[in-house]
Amino acid sequence: MAYDKFTVLRSSAVPMPIENVDTDQIIPARFLKATERKGFGDNLFRDWRYNNDNSPKQDFVLNNPIYSGKILVSGKNFGSGSSREHAAWAIYDYGFRCVVSSFFADIFKGNSLNVGILPVQVSAAFLDKIFTAIEADPKAELEVNLPEQTITILATGEKESFDINGYKKHNLMNGFDDIDYLQSMKEEIKEFTSKSLY
Amino acid sequence: MSTSPKTLFAKVWDAHVVRSIPDGPDVLLIDRHFIHEVTSPVAFLGLESRGLSVLFPEKTFATADHNTPTINQHLPVEDPLSAIQLKALETNSAKYGISHWGLGNPKNGIVHVVGPENGITLPGMTIVCGDSHTSTHGAFGAIAFGIGTSEVEMVLSSQCIMQPRAKSMRIVVNGQLNKGVLPKDVILYIIAQLSAAGATGYFVEYAGEVFEQMSMEGRMTVCNMSIEMGARGGMIAPDATTINYIKGREKAPKGEAWDKAVEYWSTLHTDEGASFDKEYTFNAADIEPMITFGTNPGMGIGISQQIPVSHEIGSGKSSYEKSLTYMGFQEAEPMLGKKVDFVFVGSCTNGRIEDFRAFASIVKGRKKADNITAWIVPGSHIVEQQIKEEGILDILTEAGFQLRQPGCSACLAMNDDKIPAGKYAVSTSNRNFEGRQGPGARTLLASPLVAAAAAVTGVVTDPRQLM
Ligand code: SF4
Repeated sequence: MAYDKFTVLRSSAVPMPIENVDTDQIIPARFLKATERKGFGDNLFRDWRYNNDNSPKQDFVLNNPIYSGKILVSGKNFGSGSSREHAAWAIYDYGFRCVVSSFFADIFKGNSLNVGILPVQVSAAFLDKIFTAIEADPKAELEVNLPEQTITILATGEKESFDINGYKKHNLMNGFDDIDYLQSMKEEIKEFTSKSLY
Repeated sequence: MSTSPKTLFAKVWDAHVVRSIPDGPDVLLIDRHFIHEVTSPVAFLGLESRGLSVLFPEKTFATADHNTPTINQHLPVEDPLSAIQLKALETNSAKYGISHWGLGNPKNGIVHVVGPENGITLPGMTIVCGDSHTSTHGAFGAIAFGIGTSEVEMVLSSQCIMQPRAKSMRIVVNGQLNKGVLPKDVILYIIAQLSAAGATGYFVEYAGEVFEQMSMEGRMTVCNMSIEMGARGGMIAPDATTINYIKGREKAPKGEAWDKAVEYWSTLHTDEGASFDKEYTFNAADIEPMITFGTNPGMGIGISQQIPVSHEIGSGKSSYEKSLTYMGFQEAEPMLGKKVDFVFVGSCTNGRIEDFRAFASIVKGRKKADNITAWIVPGSHIVEQQIKEEGILDILTEAGFQLRQPGCSACLAMNDDKIPAGKYAVSTSNRNFEGRQGPGARTLLASPLVAAAAAVTGVVTDPRQLM
């Protein structure tokens, strides 16, 4: 599935200082019944966002109009749990292009990169600085620069660099995905498979 | 060929690298691919929109499990969305020539139960599925892990995925397990020690006396929950127990192929002197029956202990308090004696025959407590058959329990098996996340013995008192 290319993203951010945000919170299992990739953003954080009667829960951050932006900032160990790519789809579909945390679960990180979301892992101290900046000004902007691999709090100029492997970076900047790559090496794969035991 | 000592993980991984991309992932050949109704439909749509086909359909196996009902499976599935997903799995499998064990098929069951019991899962394989508990298959000395839907599409179209190599961790548990301590307790104990993120980025090998002496069912329970401490997967070196389990199963190699396979499997162990990026050693004697009190699987304690107070927890005080509030628990309370409303026995963690034997060993001659609603769900039709043949069904019926039909059921509550809001469930499954078993449901993860003790007493009870 094609996604928007990612180079430099400048945006305000939505703060969610909760740890261990798992995939069942990001998108509860009962919303996984679609056979198409459509409309998952409506159910992002469903049970934190809405009451049983579908009225919005006023104290949840996505329902607070003072916060907005294409960047979600969360506490450590974001995305633990299931392999459901629906979690990444829901985040993308809602309008986020980048998730910042001090720690990500592995499968979620891989899924994000595959659907065009950039997971930015920062130090715990820098994460705190981001939360503080947003607390001081809900419209505080962050700049995520993928070519340079840096994230900056624009109000203070504080900056940190982040890791991403070169191959994934190249894909994200160009909107490529792994399927294109694998198709290009099909003959090599067939040859390799012919020698395998199973 | 280099002779430097290698880990089990490295041996299997290296044998499957088709290409290594500099400053990028490895292209890894996948030997077995399992699919189910929930995470595959969009992958098939992707194939179609790109005009691609399935490269090796004989290496993919489909089973329906996640949203299937666990009663009246002979009737049409009532929930329209589930019915559409199940139909899509059937149609896509037929279209591309993939073997499909749908609802009602005698081989049907939870993907991680049916793979091993039919001999599809073998040592030394790379195995993936769009489900994080694919780590279960690591019990056979395979590299097995969960993937996202984009990766399902990659495997269908190219039989490969692209992943960076994980770091290596070894967890050794030596000594003898105490009475009443099951493999589920061992893994809940390990996760409590390491935390729910403690093994993120690692692939774990379990070693030591406890795992050497463990049955294949037990090893599957342990490897299954590797993901709950963040690990990519877990594995255990194949040995005589593994080989005996596989021998004669439907899709296991036969004749000459069998001999050749066994010879290869005997090389699948970590060489002496091989190094791991991280190692932990635990003592079996320190483990008692476990139970969780919070909203991630790392929040577990010995059943006789008290809920920890927040200042004893390293970090994240507010997340900890949020979790206890959700559960309706207080710091420093004991778990024993807490009222339970539901008991769920099943899932790919504890839905195999040994789990029902353990459950039956306690309920035998006792009665289901009146306040308990129990869902007893076999992992597959083959397990269901064993339950009947071994007389376990009679024990259950006599004690007031009913046996349901196979599927994931209340493990993720995609079908009708949902725990109501605010209710407490002692569950043998693998996740106690908020809402995992239904919106507002409160899950206490435990072994089949602890589940049985709760089922007959109606409260959290130490199973050792009933043994
Ligand atoms: S039983 Fe639970 S964990 Fe296992 S495959 Fe089904 S939903 Fe996933």
